[in-house]
Amino acid sequence: MTLRDILNKLLRRQQSSATTAKERLQLVLAHDRSDLSPELLDQMRKEILEVVAKYVEIDLEEGAVSLETEDRMTALVANLPIKRVPSVNSTEKTK
Amino acid sequence: MAPKTRIILICSGKGGVGKTTLTANLGIALAKQGMKTAVLDADFGLRNLDLLLGLENRIVYTAQEVLEEACRLEQALVKHKQEPNLALLPAGNPRMLEWLKPDDMKRIVNLLSAQFDYVLIDCPAGVEDGFKNAVSATKEAIVITTPEVSAVRDADRVIGLLNTHGIEPVQLVLNRVRPRMIASQEMLSVDDVTDILALPLLGLVLEDEQVIVSTNRGEPLTLNKSTSPAARCYSNIARRLEGEDIPLIDPAKEGKGLGDKFRRLMQTKIF
Repeated sequence: MTLRDILNKLLRRQQSSATTAKERLQLVLAHDRSDLSPELLDQMRKEILEVVAKYVEIDLEEGAVSLETEDRMTALVANLPIKRVPSVNSTEKTK
Repeated sequence: MAPKTRIILICSGKGGVGKTTLTANLGIALAKQGMKTAVLDADFGLRNLDLLLGLENRIVYTAQEVLEEACRLEQALVKHKQEPNLALLPAGNPRMLEWLKPDDMKRIVNLLSAQFDYVLIDCPAGVEDGFKNAVSATKEAIVITTPEVSAVRDADRVIGLLNTHGIEPVQLVLNRVRPRMIASQEMLSVDDVTDILALPLLGLVLEDEQVIVSTNRGEPLTLNKSTSPAARCYSNIARRLEGEDIPLIDPAKEGKGLGDKFRRLMQTKIF
């Protein structure tokens, strides 16, 4: 983060257009490089959330699955805040 | 084929970012360094390399006649009058695109390799057949881009394709760099672009109105002893290709006023 970015944040000004450009590029390239369409990624996101939700209670609103890229390597990154791990009893009830 | 011939594809994906200008300037600069250099216009649809080199009136035969064996390679090559180490092999007719195959391109490049130290291939824009033909004949590549989102995105796509074709090394040239805009963070910086594309940087070219003047005249900036910013950048790139260790121009040092100092301070990385 540069001095200008900090100043902009303090003054609640828009971030610089170069920073915006870099962020937008990193996002679009992660998709380009993985050859995953937004629909497929969305479907995968839903299925991952379903699987995880079987084991732990997660915050579906906060959960994020995204593609990140660094040095031409693309990674699938899931950030899923866990609300609570169900006790043994409650899992048996749902069966 | 002379094994030491360096065959370099100059490509970008997006059109209008400076492939042909780089090819013309590098060609002249390498020729000036004593390298026998051939520049090959692989853009059969929209040929322009002849125009930038000022050779448009001297074309008799093209790559098409060479392939059809209607003439010898020597007859088609257009030697540059001021810089006889440089020769242009003009692109053929746009109709050639229908039948031209990667093997044809390889044949032309093999013929050139026998006589030249460098073969620079000016690649057509896009990633379709014209690009595929050109890639099939090359060993190494220079990807040229500008600090704009569309150009960087297209460059990334091309880099991916070059990797799948096993082209090595692939180096980056960043064109049309505006130090003032970078200093005020209104343009992607050199580091931003190399971070994103993850390629070694062969050089950067500063934005320079003289480039337009030189194309008007058909005299690449490297031809006459121009001291304009872009001319320096192009000759530096040619010398780095020859293995010389020339430090990169620091865009931040190009602006020297008080305003530039302030902009640099604002750009200081805190964390």
